Amino acid sequence: MSGILNSSIGRKVAMALSAFFLMIFLLQHFIINSLSVINPDTFNEVSHFMGTNWLIQYVMQPILIFGVIFHFVMGFALEIKNKRARQISYARNNGAANSTWMSRNMIYSGLFILIFLIIHFIDFWIPEINTKYIQGDMSGLLADGEGFRYYEELVHKFEPIWRVALYCIGFVFLALHLLHGFMSAFQSVGANNKYTNALKGFGKAYSILVPLGFVVIALFHHFNH
Amino acid sequence: MNLTLKIWRQKNANDKGKMVDYPISDVSPDMSFLEMLDVLNESLVQKNEEPVAFDHDCREGICGMCSLYINGEAHGPDRGITTCQLHMRMFKDGDTITIEPFRATAFPVIKDLVVDRSAFDRIQHAGGFISVNTSGNTIDANAIPINKHDADESFEAAMCIGCGACVASCKNSSAMLFVGAKVSQFALLPQGQVEATDRVLNMVKQMDEEGFGNCTNTGACEVECPKGISLENIARMNREYLKASLKG
Repeated sequence: MSGILNSSIGRKVAMALSAFFLMIFLLQHFIINSLSVINPDTFNEVSHFMGTNWLIQYVMQPILIFGVIFHFVMGFALEIKNKRARQISYARNNGAANSTWMSRNMIYSGLFILIFLIIHFIDFWIPEINTKYIQGDMSGLLADGEGFRYYEELVHKFEPIWRVALYCIGFVFLALHLLHGFMSAFQSVGANNKYTNALKGFGKAYSILVPLGFVVIALFHHFNH
Repeated sequence: MNLTLKIWRQKNANDKGKMVDYPISDVSPDMSFLEMLDVLNESLVQKNEEPVAFDHDCREGICGMCSLYINGEAHGPDRGITTCQLHMRMFKDGDTITIEPFRATAFPVIKDLVVDRSAFDRIQHAGGFISVNTSGNTIDANAIPINKHDADESFEAAMCIGCGACVASCKNSSAMLFVGAKVSQFALLPQGQVEATDRVLNMVKQMDEEGFGNCTNTGACEVECPKGISLENIARMNREYLKASLKG
C-alpha cells in the first residue's frame, strides 16, 4: 500500500475519487437549486437545514473544500509533470484526429471553473459564512424577521445580467470538463466493461443536463423578477 | 506525385536539430512511405549529403521498429497500420508532408528520426515475463484449460508490438497503453498469476522512473495504435495495480 500516491496510477485514482465526490456534490447542489424554481418555501427549508446542520457544516463542508482544493492542486501538478514528459513539442500535431477537444484541454476548462468558483464563493459562500459565523446570526431569517432569507438572497443575486452571463459561461466550461471527466474518472478506477457504453450515455446526459439546469435556474430567476 | 518533405534532421543526441525541406518528385502512389524515404536517401547519397536516419526492420507491420510522426500523427494518417504499411496513395500530388521523430523525454532522439525506445525494454525486464520450468518437465501450455474469452483478450493484448505510437500520440507522453497491454496479457492467463502482484507493481514503478507522463484518458493511444490495443487494458492494469497495492 505504501507509496501508492507517489505512483502515476495512484494519482489517477486519487483524481478520480475526488472527481466522484465533486460530481455527487454537484448533483445535490443542482437538486436543491431546482427547488428554488419549483417551491421557494421548500428551497428555504432545505437551505436552512444545509446551512445549520452540524454534520453538513462541520464534516461535509470541510471535506468538500478539501476535495475541491485537492482536485485543482493535483490537476495542476499532474499537468506540470506531463509537460516535462515531452520537452520538445511536435512541429505539427493533429490532436483532433485521435481525441476530443475536451480531453485535450481539461487544464483550461478546469482553470475557468476555478475562476468561476472563486467568483461563486465571493458571491454566496463568503457572505453566508459572514452572516452565520462572524455576525453570529444562525436564524436564517430576513432582517425584518419575516421568513427565511435564502430565496430572497438567491433572487437578488441574479438580478444583474452580467452575473447571469458570467454564470452561464462558467457552466459551459463545467459541461466541457464533465464531458471528458465523467468517463475518465470511471476509466481511472478500472471500470471498463460491458456497462461502459451505458455509463457513457449516462455521463453525457449528466454532463450536459446538470450544467444546463443550473443555467436555466439562473435565467429563470433573472427574467422572473 | 511531387511532394515537399519537411524532415527533422539532428546529427546526434546532443545536436539541437531542425526541420529541413526536401522536394521529391516522381513518387509512385504505390510506394510505401519507407520506400519513398529510401528514394529520397538515394538521391541524398548521390549528392554526397547525409541520408535521413530512420528505424525499420521487417517492413510488414509486425516488428514494431518503424516509427515516425507523419503530418501530426504516429504512423501517419491511416488507421491500424505501422509506417511501413502506409502508402503514398494516402497523400495528394503537391502535398507538404511533415516527418518528425516520436517525441517524449523517455524516448530521446539518437539521430534524425531514430529514437531510443529502450525504456520499453526496461519496463519489460521489470516484470513482463512468467516463470516456466524448463528443466525437462515443461508443461505444455495447451494442457491448461483457459476460458476462450480470456484467451482471446490475452491474445489481443499480446498483439502489442511495442512501437511506442501510444507514447508519441499521447499529449502526456504516457506509456500506459503499452504497460497495460503487457500486464493484461499475463493477468488474463493462469500462467501469469504467480508473479501477478510483483509484475504490475514493478512495471508501473519502472514506467514512472523512465519519465513517461500520466494518462488522462484522452484515448489518442487507442486510435493511433497500429494493433488496435484497447483502453480496456489500461483499466485492467489500474485494477491489477490497486489490487496489488492493497495486497502488497
